[in-house]
Amino acid sequence: MKTKNQLKKIVCGAIAVALCLGAAAAGAEDDDDTIKVGVLHSLSGTMAISETSLKDTVLMMIEEQNAKGGVLGKQLEAVVVDPASDWPLFAEKARELIAVHDVDVVFGCWTSVSRKSVLPVFEELNGLLFYPVQYEGEESSWNVFYTGAAPNQQAIPAVEYLMSEDGGGAQRWVLLGTDYVYPRTTNKILRYFLNSKGVKDSDIMEEYTPFGHSDYQTIVANVKKFAAGGPTAVVSTINGDSNVPFYKELAAQGIKAEDIPVVAFSVGEEELRGIDTAPLEGHLAAWNYFQSIDNPTNQAFIEQWKQYVKDNNLPGGDERVTNDPMEAHYIGFKMWVQAVEQAKTTDVDAVRQALSGQVVQSPSGYPITMDGKNHHLHKPVVIGEVNHEGQFDIVWATDGPIRADAWSPHIPDSASKVADWSYPHLCGNCSEPKISHSGAKSSPASQ
Amino acid sequence: MKLPGFMAIVITMAFAGVEVRAEEAPDFNEALQGLGSKSRTTILKSIDQLSELNDPRSLSALEALLGKRLRSDDHDGLFIVDESGEIFVDALTGEEVRVDPDSLKTPRINNRVRRSLKPLIARLRLRNPDVSIRLAAAEELENRPSADAADSIRLALEEESDQTVRNVLEVALARIELKSDDPQLRLGAVEVLGEHGDRNQEAELVALLDQNEDGQFAESDPAVREAAQSAIQRIQRTAFLNDMAGHFFYGLSLASVLLLAALGLAITFGLMGVINMAHGEMLMLGAYTTYVVIGLFEQHLLAWLDWYLLIAVPTAFLVCAAVGMLLERGVIRFLYGRPLETLLATWGISLVLIQTVRLTFGAQNVEVANPSWLSGGYEILSGVVLPWSRIAIVMFSITTVAVVWWLLQRTRLGLYVRAVTQNREMAAGLGIATSRIDMLTFGLGSGIAGLGGVALSQVGNVGPELGRSYIVDSFMVVVLGGVGNIMGTVVAALGLGVLNKFLEPVSGAVLGKIFVLGFLILFIQRRPQGIFALKGRAAEA
Repeated sequence: MKTKNQLKKIVCGAIAVALCLGAAAAGAEDDDDTIKVGVLHSLSGTMAISETSLKDTVLMMIEEQNAKGGVLGKQLEAVVVDPASDWPLFAEKARELIAVHDVDVVFGCWTSVSRKSVLPVFEELNGLLFYPVQYEGEESSWNVFYTGAAPNQQAIPAVEYLMSEDGGGAQRWVLLGTDYVYPRTTNKILRYFLNSKGVKDSDIMEEYTPFGHSDYQTIVANVKKFAAGGPTAVVSTINGDSNVPFYKELAAQGIKAEDIPVVAFSVGEEELRGIDTAPLEGHLAAWNYFQSIDNPTNQAFIEQWKQYVKDNNLPGGDERVTNDPMEAHYIGFKMWVQAVEQAKTTDVDAVRQALSGQVVQSPSGYPITMDGKNHHLHKPVVIGEVNHEGQFDIVWATDGPIRADAWSPHIPDSASKVADWSYPHLCGNCSEPKISHSGAKSSPASQ
Repeated sequence: MKLPGFMAIVITMAFAGVEVRAEEAPDFNEALQGLGSKSRTTILKSIDQLSELNDPRSLSALEALLGKRLRSDDHDGLFIVDESGEIFVDALTGEEVRVDPDSLKTPRINNRVRRSLKPLIARLRLRNPDVSIRLAAAEELENRPSADAADSIRLALEEESDQTVRNVLEVALARIELKSDDPQLRLGAVEVLGEHGDRNQEAELVALLDQNEDGQFAESDPAVREAAQSAIQRIQRTAFLNDMAGHFFYGLSLASVLLLAALGLAITFGLMGVINMAHGEMLMLGAYTTYVVIGLFEQHLLAWLDWYLLIAVPTAFLVCAAVGMLLERGVIRFLYGRPLETLLATWGISLVLIQTVRLTFGAQNVEVANPSWLSGGYEILSGVVLPWSRIAIVMFSITTVAVVWWLLQRTRLGLYVRAVTQNREMAAGLGIATSRIDMLTFGLGSGIAGLGGVALSQVGNVGPELGRSYIVDSFMVVVLGGVGNIMGTVVAALGLGVLNKFLEPVSGAVLGKIFVLGFLILFIQRRPQGIFALKGRAAEA
């Protein structure tokens, strides 16, 4: 009996080993003729509304690059996984992409909580992540390139606009968000910023809802009540499909943009698709790009997207739109291709080196530069009003791209921190250089 | 025509930089043409000039500007296009003209333009024969008081016969007169605000009582201050009552959503004792049925699209009832009396259903638009707006409960259902086909869950995971209400809904939900049988 069991074990073990070898052999075979690109976006769950089109964008860019002959003479191969809006699953899937599929770069994540979840994986395995969404800052990683906006490229200009005469001269502020790290940190920065502009805490109302929340009656009624005290603006960091019931409720309770403008940081053309926007006319969004921006690069981008949607028969068809995070992936992907071709390898360390200072002509109308020090892009800021077609009429824009502050100067704790991955700092999170010349000369920051 | 028009633009643009001298009344045509400008500064200037002129002739052009139906060409022509987008009218002469639509530009407006445009339109609409338009205009002026409008409001008050409009106009006038130099006028204004005003005017009254550092009041006249004090008190009292009523209404609407979500479960779990983890997916199927029905209407019956709910409701019931009966015949009937296996099996079924829907309709949410008669809302009290969709759900849930109650208490089927759930052997002994009744009961519960799905599709997102967010709430309601008791489910849904809505403003949505769950745990510990317990032999069976 015993021997029979042992025999069983041995056979099982042998089979397992054989399977592993087979898989490894298959993996090794793939490596030779293609370069693998990981796509880590939720295709189901509450964030699918926003992230699905990002996956499609990366696939479109890969298809285009392959048609041009690929990179370094090799074809690109997309590895798409679905982390299903489940934050711990993001880390697992990221590990799978890097360790099992051996991808050379990953384009992925939307929510900050998913980025925080994958960060240790990328740092441990020395992966390369392009993160395409505006976020709260207060972070800088050796392994991540942030192609979305930092708060000073989105939130702060938007609030300044709402304070101006054009924006309605808001004096009272409702900070409304989904309950996780991005809205909470952004609102912390905004609170410090508003305080520095002389806004009292009693004139700020901060309110959070869970992911997927769908009953906004009380909150919208409270906003109305709060707004009776003076000119009020709402800053919304609500993420995912909760935006649909939120905007429906705004319309149902008759909140007009001229009275209480709502500026959203996570609502773009894609999220408005499928909402009747006529009652929402005039509510605002702040981004670095809108589909309605008129220039040849953007027209080509929109045309390419529409063609891709048509060719692949994607759901939504003609109604599909472009938006800011898609544009960020467009820029990020092109930068990565340029860097790989310069470095002549897909090796992460070499590509990272080559990414600094890359320039891409972007659909926003400006040549966009990757900052060599803090891994963020220099981007223009644009504020748009929702129109009845579900697009944005641009009402304000910066004169040109502005540099990202990875660490907010408005938060006392982080004002002194520097994100600088160039020599001698080599640090995303400290106020003095990591490498200092011992002896006679110490760095000025340490004095 | 062309040359003066061009001059007009030059002059108007010059006005943007140079101050207009007061004695020089702006020219009507010039001011009107400015509305078609590319520059928003010029548009704003024109609106100011038109506001000064207060000429009813400008109304149609102003309305067109707001509705994005105003067009300008390169030669300073200004046209108004009608809703169909085909007929063009010259804004200056009012005559129909033929123009090439492609050569025209739409002046771009933003919130700032809207903010000065809307009060002006409202002012010009005060004489409109339609009461509802006059009321809307009066409300606009009430929200945005400006001294320019005072004379128009006084004139309108002389003629106005409708009492509601009069009240709003008086408040609007009072808000303007509050800033007047004459203490007598201010006193009158404060009294009007105390009588008809609401929370929107409270801040202004409070500001009157502000003291500066020297101890001087913002309002110099003590009589006005005293009146303001009592006006504030009155406003706050009504505001408090309105708030409470508001919470109650919102609670009621949340309760009806919970009730519709839980009612089907009250039958499958409550009456039959099947721990039905696939209940949420029945809701989801109901919502997707609505989506499919809309699709069919769009293809074949576009004219009747607004009435899709009339078809969606019975279809969702039938589809979900059919799926439910299939499940009962195929899986659940083999597992009666084995709760753990039932739980696992229905959980598995729920996964299968979710994945099937995901493969059929895609992982993304699908759009279910409210029919037009359910969009918008009704202001029950000042500041308390109930959307029509929610009102409809309250009505729908009342009807559904009534029908279910009638079905269970007053029909032969209901009698059989109750007999089988209370004592299966005896019912069988009396010749009731118990297994057929099981199937029908499960079908009924599932069908009602489908109705809940139709209702949920009107207020929330429709996606494959829709059921997941309601399954916990549904069990919560049924367990709290007392298993096996429809009335208990109704009371529990009401209680939870209202409790949630009274907690939410105090604690926020996230904490509010935690508090409710905490309360539920404590309640079930004290009273495991729920609010209403079954009494008698049925309970022991």
